[in-house]
Amino acid sequence: MNQAVTARLRHDRRERLMLTPEGIALPVTIASRGTRAGALILDLTIIVILMIATTITLVGIAGGTAGRFAQIEEPGAIGQAIEFLAVIWIVAMFLFRNAYFMYFELGPRGATPGKRMTGIRIAARDGGRLSVEMVIARNLLRDIELFLPLVFLASAGDDGGAAGLAATAWFLIFALFPFFNKDCLRAGDVIAGSWVLETPRRKLETAMSVEKPSSDSGGPAVDYSFDEAELMVYGEYEVQTLERVLRENRKEALSAVRDAICLKIGREPNETDPRAFLEAYYNQLRALLEANMRMGQRKADKHS
Amino acid sequence: MASQADITEIEAAALRSDRFRLERESDWKRLEGIVSELEKSRLRKISDEDMLALPGLYRTVASSLSIARETSLDAATLAYLESLVQRAWFVVYGPRSSLWAWTRNFLGGGWSAAVRGIGLDVMIALVVMVAGAVVGWLLVASDTEWYHALVPSQFLDTRVPGASREILAKTLEGAADGSGLSMFAAYLFSNNAQVSILAFALGFAFGIPSLLLMVHNTASLGAMLWLFHEGGLTLEFVAWLSVHGTTELFAILLAGAAGLHVGRSMAFPGERSVLQAAAEAGQRSAQVMAGVVLMLVVAGVLEGFARQLVDDMPGRFAIGGFMLALWLAYFYGLRRAEKGEPQP
Repeated sequence: MNQAVTARLRHDRRERLMLTPEGIALPVTIASRGTRAGALILDLTIIVILMIATTITLVGIAGGTAGRFAQIEEPGAIGQAIEFLAVIWIVAMFLFRNAYFMYFELGPRGATPGKRMTGIRIAARDGGRLSVEMVIARNLLRDIELFLPLVFLASAGDDGGAAGLAATAWFLIFALFPFFNKDCLRAGDVIAGSWVLETPRRKLETAMSVEKPSSDSGGPAVDYSFDEAELMVYGEYEVQTLERVLRENRKEALSAVRDAICLKIGREPNETDPRAFLEAYYNQLRALLEANMRMGQRKADKHS
Repeated sequence: MASQADITEIEAAALRSDRFRLERESDWKRLEGIVSELEKSRLRKISDEDMLALPGLYRTVASSLSIARETSLDAATLAYLESLVQRAWFVVYGPRSSLWAWTRNFLGGGWSAAVRGIGLDVMIALVVMVAGAVVGWLLVASDTEWYHALVPSQFLDTRVPGASREILAKTLEGAADGSGLSMFAAYLFSNNAQVSILAFALGFAFGIPSLLLMVHNTASLGAMLWLFHEGGLTLEFVAWLSVHGTTELFAILLAGAAGLHVGRSMAFPGERSVLQAAAEAGQRSAQVMAGVVLMLVVAGVLEGFARQLVDDMPGRFAIGGFMLALWLAYFYGLRRAEKGEPQP
């Protein structure tokens, strides 16, 4: 395992290392509880809209067919047509309640529309394949985690009392379950062996050393070169911080960093282009550190 | 392959790690393109060549990441590679691409292997269900007031203690015409499936609520059995019940057993960690539960149609007995999957 990767894990409480079957440690980020709650609310809204739309459509069709058959006076056929629509309605409601989450989580993105919108997805906790069984198991538990206590709460709402209290307690136990384990697992994730992660997405930026040296001051190009003693005051952490500063390319940050480096290595900060100075320092420092890396010598940061 | 223009760019790169990156960038970009299309489920836009190259490209990029971690300090490249490998990993190790393949494997042995895998829990659940029915019978036999407590009120039509033999016999008759049956079947399925999902899900609380739910359900069955016994219609009632009951009760038995299996694995994980034990049990139980829903579809059809349309006692017994034999043969007779270990 890489030192830099493990060092980074200490910075973020939601980062975990997952080992792929090829033996490569991949840093993954656990989705936050707030994001997951937001995704769930989005999904529930979509389900309710789908249910209402289906009901309205079917009732509309039923009304239409009843009118049509009334003209040709055939009461038996009306009954059968209405019955058929009722069957469709019952099956559709069952599927919306139970199959919505499963259908979408089995897709290539492993996420329901709500999860997609919030940028999260499900994955197998052990780094292996996400199986159909996992998706089934984690979604069957939704019934006692969410739907049932809410139905109880709604039916006990009038008299309140002990039943309402019990329903609230039931609901809270499962709703707060993710707060009592470090991976934010809900009860369904425990049963299924799955977890919810943030979807990674990152563009490849251009290589630093290929970029044309910028010279917006227009003055004569100054040849910056640093000896090893001047470079070795910093380590890997600093070289990557410097890279970030260069990519963000903000004027005041560039001169501030240039001044700090000059102070550290004991040079006089002259009034030339700070970016050219920093690019030269970055390239030489990175070349030196990478050369040492190839020899098996790593320097994590300026303290080591 | 790097083109001529790229080669000059590679030579222009001052750092060895940047040259490493520029040489491999075209592979990374190609993988990123394939993965992006797969994520949007636009399978048709991916050529066969790309599809075949996907596993190889994934490994190439994964090894690029390993090398870059040891040789490069370019944080942007490392972050890009990490996210690309992760995205490709999700695709390569995502849910099995074909649901059809899973279904075939499930019906061809995965399901029955999972049912056999929870054998002990099925035995416990069966004992609990029989005990529930006996308790229901005994309670109502000692005091008929129990009947109202045990049988849910929507069942309370003419089937109450003290009802005459004729009235009871009438409730067992089939319906003459077939209207309304398919809706009835769909309703029964939806209702029963929800109950069995509940029985399974309650297993999370160490299985005890699952058992209570099963006792409650079979106690009302015992109470009704006593009622028809008093009316001298025991055999007729059993025949009426057996048409769908052998399938439906079997399904509920399996659902309760699956819940119990999860609960028991969490309470007594043995050598494994609780989380690992729960995940293993949960995945096995999920297979059983997928089958339970399938069985309840069959039970709904039998209950809605066959029970109402087949009116004579031997016919009803024949259907019920045949279904029971079919399920038993399927779960315990078919041992093909035993040779290879059941899929994880």
